[in-house]
Amino acid sequence: MNLQPATLQKIDEVITHYPVKRSATLPLLHLIQEDAGHISDAAIEWVAAKLELQPINVYEVVTFYPMFRRQPIGRRHVKVCRTLSCALLGGYKTCATFEAEFNTHRGEVSPDGEVTVEFVECLASCGTAPVVMIDDTLHEKVDCARAKALAAQIKAEAKQNNVASSG
Amino acid sequence: MPAAAQRRIIFAHIDEPGYTNDLACYLQHGGYAVLRRSMARPPAELIDEVKKSGLRGRGGAGFPCGVKWSLVDRKSGKPIYLIVNADESEPGTFKDRYIIHQDPHQLIEGVMISCFANNVKQAYIYIRGEFPEGARILERAIAEARAAGFCGPNVLGTGYACEIYVHRGAGAYICGEETGLIESLEGKRPYPRIKPPFFPAVLGLYQCPTIVNNVETLCHVKYIADVGGDAYAKIGTPNNTGTRLLCVSGHVQKPGYYEYEVGKITLGELLYEVCGGPLPGRKFKAIIPGGSSAKILRMGETFALKNKDGTTRQLAVEDIPMDFDTLAACGTMGGSGGVIVMDDSVNMVEALANLNAFYAHESCGQCTPCREGSLWMKKITTRMVHAGARSEDGALLKSVADQIAGRTICAFGEACAWPTQSFVAKFGDEFKGAAETKPSTKSDHAIELV
Repeated sequence: MNLQPATLQKIDEVITHYPVKRSATLPLLHLIQEDAGHISDAAIEWVAAKLELQPINVYEVVTFYPMFRRQPIGRRHVKVCRTLSCALLGGYKTCATFEAEFNTHRGEVSPDGEVTVEFVECLASCGTAPVVMIDDTLHEKVDCARAKALAAQIKAEAKQNNVASSG
Repeated sequence: MPAAAQRRIIFAHIDEPGYTNDLACYLQHGGYAVLRRSMARPPAELIDEVKKSGLRGRGGAGFPCGVKWSLVDRKSGKPIYLIVNADESEPGTFKDRYIIHQDPHQLIEGVMISCFANNVKQAYIYIRGEFPEGARILERAIAEARAAGFCGPNVLGTGYACEIYVHRGAGAYICGEETGLIESLEGKRPYPRIKPPFFPAVLGLYQCPTIVNNVETLCHVKYIADVGGDAYAKIGTPNNTGTRLLCVSGHVQKPGYYEYEVGKITLGELLYEVCGGPLPGRKFKAIIPGGSSAKILRMGETFALKNKDGTTRQLAVEDIPMDFDTLAACGTMGGSGGVIVMDDSVNMVEALANLNAFYAHESCGQCTPCREGSLWMKKITTRMVHAGARSEDGALLKSVADQIAGRTICAFGEACAWPTQSFVAKFGDEFKGAAETKPSTKSDHAIELV
């Protein structure tokens, strides 16, 4: 496990929030996923050792909660709300627009490795449907035109990053 | 008669220009004065105020908050915990999001008053994983409040100590169920616990007495501690006191959040006057009045309700006051205050298929009737939409749903059965008709729901 010092520091701090170490399972998994991108087998064993649990105790948590992932995803994560209020105002078309823009399918990583587009269940912003979360940021009223604009923005940012990293 | 005006108590500062979510702004608006006054009173008195207020929980079940508090085991010698249910995961509900993002100190003040009243030394805010920004805002607000002595080791110099920590969920709807939430907070799969014996008030977090309250409920507690239980009970209608945050989504001109005295506005006033009516050229067809689990109402249906004097009155859907009791008498519920509106462009089989996909995804899998039943309801409705319906599908769906409700550890069983039961009962014509129409490729204008 190659975690950044800041992550390790946060991990030690968050464990002190609970009288029972096991309670820190979800916070630790969030911190590790934010740092490493996904939850590997090694991460599961590391968390178990840290919290004095068996790996199965951590594994069963990782596999239950939709937000934890066992595989890496694209550099950017586009989560489109699928549930009723968003669907009533065109959420399925919004999702299809993102899939077409990034030449990918729901739940898969785009061929260039840049983006993962996913359907998720209710994001609790039904009054501004359809909504999309890109990484940690909520975008409201994302119709097809807005989805195209957001996709263009993501592509432009990826290009900039590539230039920066190759330069 | 025009609809009553909004009465903004909880949302007093939401969307107010210049109002920021930091401590300085909250203090400028009189923040934490109620906590200061409350801590000069005996805790039992505060609990009495909440009892007198008639406040009912705003998370979905509408259980009286004062009763919940009075059930807490105070003799066990174990610590008492308070958990804020900020999981806000019922589709159609989006009220707590704005409190958390725009007015977090109002919630923290409500939490601290509730903790002091119940001798709680440790509180957790369980916030849904999909609110990363909200979690950061709350953490910053708690740090500010702690530095200023409004929570932490020595609250307002009185020697009373109480810490608040934020705990993030990870995308599971079932964590909104209070015992599932407790399991999740203990670091486990959120399988709800069986009651009895695991009533949180007695055997909650770490098997200690625990209070679980919704975000909005705790903000009401702050207001009750301010004005007193008797004054609060005069707001709204008898047994349905206070104000209520109503979240309207779907096919209306002006979706959004509105705060009204409970029962002082009818569903028709809310939809036609406040929300501007249906979209151009459309008509309202069906309303889910209290979050996706609430039974659907069909425009045009009427209800015969008993008056107190024994006479009956006829009520149309538009005339239903938005309170707990009348909605329950009409066979549905006020639930979490999420009103989802569907107009005549919606195919009800598709709408149900959308909801069934949600419930199949979110069933925790602990109880067989729910795990299997929610999946089969999804499979049937999805097949009806994409691969052809059969004439017996309506009856089959009803039969599956009827075998879930009442046979599970938690209320998710009812939550996933009620949509199917009510859609099939009220739109039976569409479920029958679906078998006669071949599934067709959709035109570009049609909405896809599943």
